[in-house]
Amino acid sequence: MSSYLELSARERLAQLFDAGSFTEFLPPKARVISPHLAQLDAPVAFDDGVAVGRACLDGRTVFAAAQEGGFMGGAVGEVHGAKLVGLLRRAIAERAAGVVLLLESGGVRLHEANAGLVAVSEVMRAVLDARNAGVPVIALIGGANGCFGGMGIVARCTNAVIMSEEARLGMSGPEVIETASGVEEFDSRDRALVWRTTGGKHRYLLGDCQELVADKVADFRAAAIATLDRLQVQETALSLAALEAEQDMLARRLDRFGTLEEPMQIWAALGIAEPRSLPLLEAGPFVEQVAAHRIGAN
Amino acid sequence: MDWNTIASALFPRGHDITERDLFLSGTAQVGETRVAVVGTTGHAPIGVEIALAQARFILQTVREHPGRPILILVDTVGQRLRHRDEMLGINSYMAHLGKCVELARRQGHPVLGLVYDQALSGGFITSGLMADACYALPDSTIRVMGLPAMARITKVPEERLTELAASNPVFAPGPENYLRMGGVREIWQGELGAQLEAALAELAPVDERAALGLARGGRKFAQPVIEAIMAGRDVLAS
Repeated sequence: MSSYLELSARERLAQLFDAGSFTEFLPPKARVISPHLAQLDAPVAFDDGVAVGRACLDGRTVFAAAQEGGFMGGAVGEVHGAKLVGLLRRAIAERAAGVVLLLESGGVRLHEANAGLVAVSEVMRAVLDARNAGVPVIALIGGANGCFGGMGIVARCTNAVIMSEEARLGMSGPEVIETASGVEEFDSRDRALVWRTTGGKHRYLLGDCQELVADKVADFRAAAIATLDRLQVQETALSLAALEAEQDMLARRLDRFGTLEEPMQIWAALGIAEPRSLPLLEAGPFVEQVAAHRIGAN
Repeated sequence: MDWNTIASALFPRGHDITERDLFLSGTAQVGETRVAVVGTTGHAPIGVEIALAQARFILQTVREHPGRPILILVDTVGQRLRHRDEMLGINSYMAHLGKCVELARRQGHPVLGLVYDQALSGGFITSGLMADACYALPDSTIRVMGLPAMARITKVPEERLTELAASNPVFAPGPENYLRMGGVREIWQGELGAQLEAALAELAPVDERAALGLARGGRKFAQPVIEAIMAGRDVLAS
């Protein structure tokens, strides 16, 4: 069974969706590349690090995007961001059954920083436009680079986040924090700490991710299908009631855990008897064991 | 830049904005309209608390004052870089703030952003850049990160970046570059109160920043790429 983490963006698209169903918009042969990289003598990619298009998921027509972590860490520049915005707007126009975003990104591409920053905010608005139009948007996170910076925010603007145990989701990567605030603040080489802080299990326990799966494409596919099914019968748009509930959830999180220093202390505070055992558990047994303790799926 | 000075210039008819731990909130009179004002000062690092406070104020405005315009005053060095904030899921707090701004707009609240001092990365995309339109003062600073840090990460020498920054709006800081890219709608000079009143009267309900970026020559690819995908064309017409 394929490891999702080890696959390229295009391999993920090919294996996650119904066989042969992915049709790409602006494929590499269209040669739409970033106009800003050459002047910095940086390499370019003919898809600018993201493949977007239409696909079938268990027979349903959905729109899909996959960021390629192998090209500049999946970072968002002008063209990369515009491809995501175009995809989301077309999904609205064609009343797609959903949009599936395979996110793997360090955030804004510094080589075209300003354009990337504006682009990320355009992607945020486009995601919320799709939701408002009744098109559910879901994010899958399971790549080696994690999902950080602006894309970490985009992920939490979707209807649902699906992560693997190995996935990471956050705002600033550990190296950035270590550089800015010192190794005592966050030791980026302490892999176990990095994982406890931003990894899939911690996000699942906090309620920032709705499904936790093993690092297998088939598991991501099954979770994506189930999530899309669930969202067909739910309100996808933002509402005052839902955002007030989220406000309460985030405020309670701050009250309960704001003075703690270690993710494991949070797990203990959630009532988990042996927090030290969590890192060792496979996804299935982990989900079973923490079901009664995790903060409610939203 | 002292927020009190800016507030006096923006609201000659008065305001009741208060500051608490770098968080600004209150209301102000603009022409005949009462406006809700929220934002930060002192180059605030946006941590989970301040993101949540801004979101709470916006939700309260939506609940209690339907349709009241909202002005977001931006002065931030970006997201707070702490292990604790990451552990608590700061990206979720920021996304929540962005969603609250979006909800306000959807419910008929005109939402304006104004960068009056600094605007960096994470703190900016979930506030000013989520507004219907974002404006800036001429002396403000807008950027993703400083050139020395950018040089370290991109491995491009700082001298080269400084040289390129002089001519290329894509990574040079400053409101003029964001204006050219469509991220900033206008740079306000002169009578701030009159500018604000005029801006409130001419809001666009759709995101037209990519089109503005094309028209102003700062982002020539974003709009053509979006249009090509929308139209199902493979080759760019530009």
